[in-house]
Amino acid sequence: MDGTIPATEQMNSGAEAVLRALKAQGVDVIFGYPGGAVLPIYDAIFQQTEIRHILVRHEQAAVHAAEGYARSTGKVGCVLVTSGPGATNAVTGLVDALMDSIPLVCLTGQVPTHLIGNDAFQEADTTGITRQATKHNYLVKKSADLVRVVHEAFHVARTGRPGPVVIDLPKDILINPAPYHEPTAKVHRSYRPRTEPDTAKIKEAVALLKRAKHPVVYAGGGIVNAGPEASRLLTEFVRLTGMPCTNTLMGLGTFPASDPQFLGMLGMHGTYEANLTMHGADVMLNIGARFDDRVTGRLNAFAPSSKKIHIDIDPANINKSVAVDIPIVADACNALKALIEAWNADPTPQDKDALAQWWAQIDIWRAKQSLRYTQSRDPGSIIKPQYAIEQLYKATRGRETYVTTEVGQHQMWAAQYFKFEKPNRWMTSGGLGTMGYGLPAAMGVQVAHPDALVIDIAGEASILMNIQEMSTLAQYRLPVKVFILNNHYMGMVRQWQELLHGSRYSNSYSEALPDFVKLADSFHGVGLRAETVDDLDRVIAEMIATDKPVIADICVDEKENVFPMIPSGAAHNQMLLGPEHDDAGQPAVTSAGKALV
Amino acid sequence: MPDNHLRSATISVLVENEAGVLARVIGLFSGRGYNIDSLTVAPVERDGSKSRITVVTQGTDMVIEQIKAQLDRLVPVYKVLDLTEGPHLSRELALIKVIGIGEKRQEALRLADAFRARVIDATTESFTFELTGATDKLDAFLDLMRPLGLAEVSRTGVAAIARGAKTIG
Repeated sequence: MDGTIPATEQMNSGAEAVLRALKAQGVDVIFGYPGGAVLPIYDAIFQQTEIRHILVRHEQAAVHAAEGYARSTGKVGCVLVTSGPGATNAVTGLVDALMDSIPLVCLTGQVPTHLIGNDAFQEADTTGITRQATKHNYLVKKSADLVRVVHEAFHVARTGRPGPVVIDLPKDILINPAPYHEPTAKVHRSYRPRTEPDTAKIKEAVALLKRAKHPVVYAGGGIVNAGPEASRLLTEFVRLTGMPCTNTLMGLGTFPASDPQFLGMLGMHGTYEANLTMHGADVMLNIGARFDDRVTGRLNAFAPSSKKIHIDIDPANINKSVAVDIPIVADACNALKALIEAWNADPTPQDKDALAQWWAQIDIWRAKQSLRYTQSRDPGSIIKPQYAIEQLYKATRGRETYVTTEVGQHQMWAAQYFKFEKPNRWMTSGGLGTMGYGLPAAMGVQVAHPDALVIDIAGEASILMNIQEMSTLAQYRLPVKVFILNNHYMGMVRQWQELLHGSRYSNSYSEALPDFVKLADSFHGVGLRAETVDDLDRVIAEMIATDKPVIADICVDEKENVFPMIPSGAAHNQMLLGPEHDDAGQPAVTSAGKALV
Repeated sequence: MPDNHLRSATISVLVENEAGVLARVIGLFSGRGYNIDSLTVAPVERDGSKSRITVVTQGTDMVIEQIKAQLDRLVPVYKVLDLTEGPHLSRELALIKVIGIGEKRQEALRLADAFRARVIDATTESFTFELTGATDKLDAFLDLMRPLGLAEVSRTGVAAIARGAKTIG
């Protein structure tokens, strides 16, 4: 931020200047782990009370916790780690935040400037390593730049398409005195993301939507990032226009799941009605989603007869994988406001008859009940994972509930069977698919919302990837609930091996699992187990009632698969349905499809 | 339907002259699998605050649009201009060492004259030529020098600018 030089005040140390800048940026909590290079900041943290520090047990968890904090509050998450291994451990979390557009500022310690490049103890080329893992990164080499860089980092993290920003801080910069100045309102020299839509394009989009016979609204995580007002406007727009609406995995909660116009999630494990509506659409309005390969299926068969309108804040998402007819670069909230205005101003009547016929068709697809499954209620019956999620959802309805997940089958079942009415309540690793995300993310959510019910829906394999954070939960009395759908397999790997690799279950069995009840106990929490359907509701109720960290080990059917499924390389109208359906077919997977991830 | 026709694009990028900015641009190309046929960079402002990067790349129209959008979203990037969208000038400079004696040496010197290459160093057994021009002119000259004792080449890569009054600013 250039222009006039703001009034400065000399601080005793760079560390104090950094903390003061963090406070000015609204930081009230830092997730971190100390080490030699960041000791000056830890010393400054010790001498103040405004910023709370949550000591994690692994740096990756610090980043995921900050992601959970950011996603559930809409604020920028803040991380502090040391040099070398501290920074490299954080990299997975940074890429996760980059893929899912989560605003974070991660402070990394660095060896003193005179030792940089010397292979010093705990030295790593952090800016080099994180360059492709962040939206932007900085190495501060002069005390005079320190505070400007911190303020700028927050600006870059939260504006435009949000993302993680790393600030690498050599130890001498943290020790030496540094000038402090308040954030300025000056625009950045080169970074100026566009947020206002082109009104001519909005009018074109409305003209197309008014004439649509088979429209669909496809909304993603960009709506969450644009703030709760964007979700309200999306709901208003969809109701105003009477169109069907589907959400991506990242967008769940931006449109109320209970609304009759909601089709459920789309994509690889989306509902039959959502995918066929996309396939048959003549006009598609994509707001805040990026035509991810998990959504589109085979590109040359994706919504083949539709005109596409794409609203995205990131110009690089436009025409990246799917060519669109009307591209609009804007913040989702601004774009929705403009769309509603333009819709009301455009005198063209909507073709209500065509829309009614479209809904009649959609209702036929809905009647298929693609998420149907059968849960036996006979005593001693094995629990179906879908049923476990549905019962969990029912038991938590009406409460202030936040859900995080790990990655795999349980994640998809959570997305399919847990219903979200509001944004910022659902935190999952969508783009990177990071196993081990859910527990630390839940920790960050609980820190931000101490009185809310925070549940990590997990699998028995994923949970072990960051299980050490149970200790953090105990230390800070964070009553996170870990709800494990335990099927003794890396379920999604097993499912792909069954469907695509001749049921050769190579290395996907969860051998030598810990006793999760005892594990919870040893981490000062409460362990519960549901072995049969008779135990399920009791365990859920007890879990919710317990004011401590809980691990609920839910023993579920090992052989259950996630359906519907669009196999890689297939189109939206080539969905596999579950065994409940007469036309549940074997996958028509081509060798080209098999090579896809 | 995406057009699979490959085209060459000369893209100028005006960037903040700060540490790591070139690595950001190069990392973007390698990370996303784009080609770099030529790349040049140097400060262009009097105070050294901005640099101009010129990249020659290849791709379908959709890929080139992507490259421009991806470059434009980098924080230290001021401006991205696809010069191939309009009339423009491209030049590069080559230093070319030719070693030889007798008739071949004479022929090399005659051709250098025809191409307006300057002799910037000479010994009894070698010439070093300096040649400026469009990439294909340099390529043509090097093809001619090959049988005449071409020993070493150093090329700058392409610098480019739009024709007329149009600027990148």
